[in-house]
Amino acid sequence: MASTGAVRGYKMNTDGMQELYKYWAGTIPGLKADKITAMIDRFGGIEDAFYASEKALEDMAKKCGEEGIRFTERELKAIIQGRNFDAIKRNLEYLKEHGIKYVTMLDDSYPYKLRNIYDPPFLLYFKGMMFPSDKKAISIVGARNCSVYGMETARYLAGALAREGIIIISGLARGIDSHAHIGALSADGTTYGIMGCGIDICYPPENINLYMDMQQNGGIISEYGPGINPLPYHFPMRNRIISGLSDGIAVIEAKEKSGSLITVDLGLEQGRNIYAVPGRITDKLSAGCNNLIKMGAKMVTSPQDILEDLVDYAKVLRTDSESGQIKLAGLLDSREQAVYDAIGLTPVHVEELALLTGFELGELMEHLISLELKDLICQPVNSRYTRKL
Amino acid sequence: MFSRAYSAVIHGIDGLIVSVEADVSDGLPLFEMVGLLNSEVKEARERVRIALKNSGYMFPPKRITVNLSPADIRKEGTAFDLPVAVAILTAFGHVLEDNLKDTLIIGELSLNGTIKKVNGVLPLVYAARQRGFLRCVVPKENADEGAVVSGIKVYGAGTLKEAVQMLNGFDDYKPNSVDIGMLFQGGHSEDGLSDENVDFSDVAGQAAVKRAIEIAVSGMHNILMIGPPGSGKTMLAKRIPTIMPELSFDESMEISKIYSIAGLLGNRALITGRPFRSPHHSITSTALVGGGVTPKPGEISLAHLGVLFLDELPEFNKNTLEVLRQPLEEKAVTISRLNATYRYPAGFMMVASMNPCSCGYYPDRNRCNCSLNMIKRYLGKISKPLLDRFDICIEAPQIDYKELQIKKMEETSADIRKRVQAARRIQMDRYAGQGIWFNSQLTPKSIHKYCRLDAREKNLLEQAFEKMKLSARAYHRIIKVARTIADLDSSERITVRHISEAICYRSIDGKYWGGEGL
Repeated sequence: MASTGAVRGYKMNTDGMQELYKYWAGTIPGLKADKITAMIDRFGGIEDAFYASEKALEDMAKKCGEEGIRFTERELKAIIQGRNFDAIKRNLEYLKEHGIKYVTMLDDSYPYKLRNIYDPPFLLYFKGMMFPSDKKAISIVGARNCSVYGMETARYLAGALAREGIIIISGLARGIDSHAHIGALSADGTTYGIMGCGIDICYPPENINLYMDMQQNGGIISEYGPGINPLPYHFPMRNRIISGLSDGIAVIEAKEKSGSLITVDLGLEQGRNIYAVPGRITDKLSAGCNNLIKMGAKMVTSPQDILEDLVDYAKVLRTDSESGQIKLAGLLDSREQAVYDAIGLTPVHVEELALLTGFELGELMEHLISLELKDLICQPVNSRYTRKL
Repeated sequence: MFSRAYSAVIHGIDGLIVSVEADVSDGLPLFEMVGLLNSEVKEARERVRIALKNSGYMFPPKRITVNLSPADIRKEGTAFDLPVAVAILTAFGHVLEDNLKDTLIIGELSLNGTIKKVNGVLPLVYAARQRGFLRCVVPKENADEGAVVSGIKVYGAGTLKEAVQMLNGFDDYKPNSVDIGMLFQGGHSEDGLSDENVDFSDVAGQAAVKRAIEIAVSGMHNILMIGPPGSGKTMLAKRIPTIMPELSFDESMEISKIYSIAGLLGNRALITGRPFRSPHHSITSTALVGGGVTPKPGEISLAHLGVLFLDELPEFNKNTLEVLRQPLEEKAVTISRLNATYRYPAGFMMVASMNPCSCGYYPDRNRCNCSLNMIKRYLGKISKPLLDRFDICIEAPQIDYKELQIKKMEETSADIRKRVQAARRIQMDRYAGQGIWFNSQLTPKSIHKYCRLDAREKNLLEQAFEKMKLSARAYHRIIKVARTIADLDSSERITVRHISEAICYRSIDGKYWGGEGL
């Protein structure tokens, strides 16, 4: 092969060359991790695999086929065509310029938990900080068109867990995902977003601020290289990474048939804990969660329910005093307290509040504004109030 | 033979006296009309000739020239038929010329000589009195309308013949008269058009919205109601005129003049109820603010001193709504044409309703599956500057079945009106001689003068300003609404409670719609 001869002419330090081989192996289109590792094992090293002749590759494919790992014609062609020195170098420079890092299964820093799942990605792109394998991680997933209850719960759970040093993983999608990331960031925690598109594309675009902020306190991870569009089939695929990177999966709001449940299924296959936040039985958005609980998922009514599985019990006890309710002590007078008690996580209209509390509208509004200024409640929709967790 | 009669033309909402001169001389037979005439005025020639013939008058083959002066003002409308006919008849000697001097004549002729009703009689008669005319001859059907103007005799004529007889001897005829007191007593029609019997007590529940409406009416604040379909927004809006103070005679005249020009008076002499205009959302900007080649008042002028209700606000064309911004500030609309500039009053209260999202049920997630983007897009149809014009913003919640069943004693419109009137009186006294009447008209400078705040109240506002990231305009809006709430409370001082309530009614902020941030 003429090109192979030309490749040998380059002078590069061994480390640099190694990077180049790894990147080549990780970016062969359509080739999954198991085949890549089988190939490398066959040749006894990635360098030999890179320089192998077409004949040697065909032999390797035949041998692997006997062991049950079948390379197709197209895959072999891809392996051969991918060995374009200039193109790989160009790509690596592009990544460097744009601050995109990557890690492959041949590296020690490859997330440990991900190695053991079915069909792990051979190469992961990431922006921001390297994913720490030694820390506990929880993924928080749920509906895109979530309710105010879901938003607040996602923020609260993510914040409380992140404060305990637990990494929050989610998909940077609209709804629950975004709010989980926001919750973790506002608690100064670490959070990672797994994308279903190229690492340099922010999808959905309105999350651009989140996308940038997360790189300071965690990172963005994707198995798709720069410029790859968010295609529908990418998302179920990235769900396996979400569940694979985490120790447990918490579902906040999911309809009966929800994409979040795919993540749960994958998580179960990977042996992860499943947590579900219950909702009212009449809420469509909680049907999926309630079903999960019925089937044995752990019901989450406070962050402690998740924490006790992940950190020392002693630690869990300490956090108890930091739950949402306690901070009110001494802040509210009895009338304000009465109004506050009437407000839940479902937006409630002032008129209903007036009926519940028995206050006249004018007085009620005085207390509402006072509570709002104290940051205890908010007005997600005009004239309707919810508690802030 | 020369003669002169007097008529008038509508200019804006006022009448302008026009003299109709006719000259009959020998020469080639000709009937010519001059004086910057619109085509419908030019066509009067044919109507007049045939009407004269059919009324039994000779139309001799002479050279007839009719001039409508002042010649630099465009004449339009059909009200010139009768004065032209009268001027010609006078030139022929059928009518005593002396009587024409102090008489304003308006009316459209039909070919058989009957006089048909015309638009704008009220402002025309009003202008005649202003100019010192003694009497008016108007179409019979418009006689009541004209008779409302005091200090001038108004005669209704059914046919050209009758009009001529009248002009030759007014003593045989009785001027028309209407009892204005009776007009005001006889049933209040809310929208000035329908006589539906509506009352606030018809609406079950919705206490919060009713309260907001009461405040809005008291200070003439514009109000935006948000709520799911069927929550009663339209029903509530329709009842707003019933709690507005009753019209005074002067106000009634002002409104009636506009309706007269627009031809909407119908059989009534005066509009005695507050107008309620609810244009469909397919309305064009011209129909909304007025205009056209020969300008006509639009919906906002027809809603003068009453309510302009914009149902389904986001469905309106964006550009159509933007034209509202200036009239809302000026309380009038100025329409300029090459020949003239017209000014129509537009002191209306804007009431609008909309759904919280395109399906209408947000934040009820069991029914609404709109994504936040869709909701934002729906809301984005209304521009921020227009949203800023709404002082009060309130959500009308869904009424459940139980609430509809319970026969509670709801407050009647009359009860609410009493409170509104009291609050209005306080404002009237406070702003006497200032050129403003309502709290909503306060400028930032006058806010400083009339809305003194104590330290505690200032502190609350400051906190809210920081926390809720209010704009300067929102800040002033809150104080104005708080002033009205204090007036309803008969309190000279604005207290924390008043301000709190006003903050609760603050207008929606697109940024916070559907959850904070993001």
